[in-house]
Amino acid sequence: MKDYTSPLQNIKIADLSWSVVGPDIALYLSYYGAEVVKLESLHTPEVTRRSSPFKNGVSTLDRSLVFPIHNTNKYSLSINLKHPKGRAIALRLVSWADIVIQSTTSKTLEKLKLTYADLREVNERLIVLVTSNQGQTGPYSSHPGYGDAVVALAGFPEVTGWPDRAPSLPPGAYSDSFTPWFGTLAVLAALEYRNRTGKGQFIDLAQLEVAANMLTPAFLAYSANDSQIIRRGNRSQTDAPHGVYRCIGDDRWCAIAITSEEEWRNFIKVLGEPDWARAHKFSSMAQRKRNEDELDKLIETWTSKHTAEEVMTKLQANQIKAGIVQNVSDLHRDPQLMHRGHFQTISHPEVDKYTIELPPYRLSKNHAELRRPAPLLGGNTEYVCCNLLKMSGEEFAQLYSEGVFE
Amino acid sequence: MTADNNIGTLGHLKVLDLTDEKGQSCGKFLADLGAIVIKVEPPEGDKTRHHGPYFHDKEDIENSLHWFSYNTNKKSITLDITESKGKQILKKLVGRVDFIVESYPPQYLDGLGVGYKQLKSINPRIIMTSITAFGQSGPYSHYVANDLVAWAMSGFMYTCGEVDRPPVRCSIEQAYVATGVQAATASLLALHYRNLTGKGQQVDIAMRECLPSGGFEIFFWETEGYIGERLGVKRRRGNIYVRDLWPCKDGYIGWRLMTGPLGATTAYLLVAWMDREGMAGELKDIKWETIDMNQLNKEQMERWESIIISFLKTHTKQEIYKEAFEKGMQMSPAHNTGELLRYQQLVERNFWVNVEYPYLDSHITHPGVFCVMSESPLVTPQRAPRLGEHNQEIYIGELGYTDRDLIQLKTQGTI
Repeated sequence: MKDYTSPLQNIKIADLSWSVVGPDIALYLSYYGAEVVKLESLHTPEVTRRSSPFKNGVSTLDRSLVFPIHNTNKYSLSINLKHPKGRAIALRLVSWADIVIQSTTSKTLEKLKLTYADLREVNERLIVLVTSNQGQTGPYSSHPGYGDAVVALAGFPEVTGWPDRAPSLPPGAYSDSFTPWFGTLAVLAALEYRNRTGKGQFIDLAQLEVAANMLTPAFLAYSANDSQIIRRGNRSQTDAPHGVYRCIGDDRWCAIAITSEEEWRNFIKVLGEPDWARAHKFSSMAQRKRNEDELDKLIETWTSKHTAEEVMTKLQANQIKAGIVQNVSDLHRDPQLMHRGHFQTISHPEVDKYTIELPPYRLSKNHAELRRPAPLLGGNTEYVCCNLLKMSGEEFAQLYSEGVFE
Repeated sequence: MTADNNIGTLGHLKVLDLTDEKGQSCGKFLADLGAIVIKVEPPEGDKTRHHGPYFHDKEDIENSLHWFSYNTNKKSITLDITESKGKQILKKLVGRVDFIVESYPPQYLDGLGVGYKQLKSINPRIIMTSITAFGQSGPYSHYVANDLVAWAMSGFMYTCGEVDRPPVRCSIEQAYVATGVQAATASLLALHYRNLTGKGQQVDIAMRECLPSGGFEIFFWETEGYIGERLGVKRRRGNIYVRDLWPCKDGYIGWRLMTGPLGATTAYLLVAWMDREGMAGELKDIKWETIDMNQLNKEQMERWESIIISFLKTHTKQEIYKEAFEKGMQMSPAHNTGELLRYQQLVERNFWVNVEYPYLDSHITHPGVFCVMSESPLVTPQRAPRLGEHNQEIYIGELGYTDRDLIQLKTQGTI
């Protein structure tokens, strides 16, 4: 039975962040009931509003397909922070909020007089999370860069790809994906701490330090054994077969991982007990590991006669770890993702419909809530000022005519 | 499990950790936030203790560096939850904790009589975080996966790697950490719900949904049916391919060449530097801020790239980073593991933690906490526990068993 109480139903967030990481933290919290106001400006629009692709190729600030997936459920309040009265309105938003998310380097925050110390003056129970590439302190804290920089700095290229080729990279700007997971966790923990103690706090979320936590065993191996883990394709350090094999069709592949003798016996049964599988050189994990090149070729002679779907289905029926290397088209037909309602469609006044992916968790008592599409730029300025910040209609009109909300 | 452990952000909360590799880092991150996390291992040890690499490459259940990585700050007890005495003890523990994190196949614990429904009757406030490869129900709920298969099925792998090779993953397992952190997040969402209602619940997490499904490809697929391709270190943006990793004299540099207002600053600074060394060529006359990326063609981009690469190859990554830092160019060196451990930024932030492992007569460097919190700092890593290291503390100190009981439980194979 789902409940009408949302875990974060009383929580208010001022999203003063930019690009992907900060906005996604606010987004993930909004799914479970937090009310989010995104602070924007007509003068310096959010970078994802300016990112292609645009609906039907028409590049306006409300037609990017990138912006909506990071800003669903939010209200947009437009304020010109360069206007002498702008900062005061921003601080009213801050005093309304429980949580402020920022994503600028310390220098920029100082320039805007919106540092934690400034914000705390108006709201001492505030939780402020600032995300940056390298943290708020340290010699390189002010070095600018997008997520690509963090992936390189953290050392992902060295451990991604083929040993006989130049380094590769995980798809997308990977640190933009994993940093918000940690930021969301940190905010939820800080809220619990505030529930107990009444105290807010400042959270310095450095993407590089999060990235290091995604690669932990590499540092332990280096420190304990003086050994540098480098990329080894799809192979495991200890197990074989462990790879991605070609199947029937254009660019169709299936991943297979055998990690015990029992699985190996089941595996060769599915293959129809071919003669080669009985050879001494494949008789143990260590032997298979030693003769892995040959083993992989033999396995591929089997997989290449089947579709990836057949390979996965046959192997999984025997409790063997196997999966199609799915592309975006496969994902939209994936029966398990459909069952879980992973993809959701939302109507939007400018981009028509867009698709959003839900987080990987389902709570037995709470839904992920999709309350409204991503906002148009400044689309909720009046609502936020008059209804949430309790500004009088007169005051709003006055400030509006002075250009504060541009 | 005592009140004097009430430190950290979540110091008042207790967690039973019954996970394998899929969910181990969930308990670790909750422990980093101060929760008391008890790893419940079968008497022969968690199977992840057989996951390499190993300390000094010696395979042993007390030597797994993978285990060390994701079990810092936890306590370890042994318990066979499949036999009746073991189940009784598990139920006693369940009455005293806030969370159970588990990663057994769907319905496995129900079959043992210790599933969510049964445990809820002991402790209605319990939050059970259940991690599986594909989810608790649905057509693939009985499917099995490890990191490799999660990469494949998530969509993250299809565009990773090179066009003439199979799709490829990162050699340091990503799916397990991605799952652990999001499982911890979901657990805390359930906690906030419990704060409001007093009710516990079950949380269902699918590992393969924890990895990203593949970045920008979803837009191109929706707008033009393009399913993406493996481009190595390049990305498709509009009609062109942009490069995110550039070779230099002794390694690689992370950077994306962009025109328009977003990329002009770095582009001008770089070209000015190239020009000082007589290597700017045709780039010298470009008005970067006026060029729309969408109007560029592939040949032009490739020509620019080759001019820039020729220049970068005359400098080391440290030389380039120094210049980038001083002038404000968005370029960063691609570190290897050793270089990141020595990187001044992280050293000065006191990020790394030298953790003592007395029984190995050694220290091992662990990454520090994943964020810096001003009022309730995260707990810096304390070494992962040895198998059953906290049996005495939990069974005698908490549950009131005697030394003699403990010996008996051990002989019976319960713990």
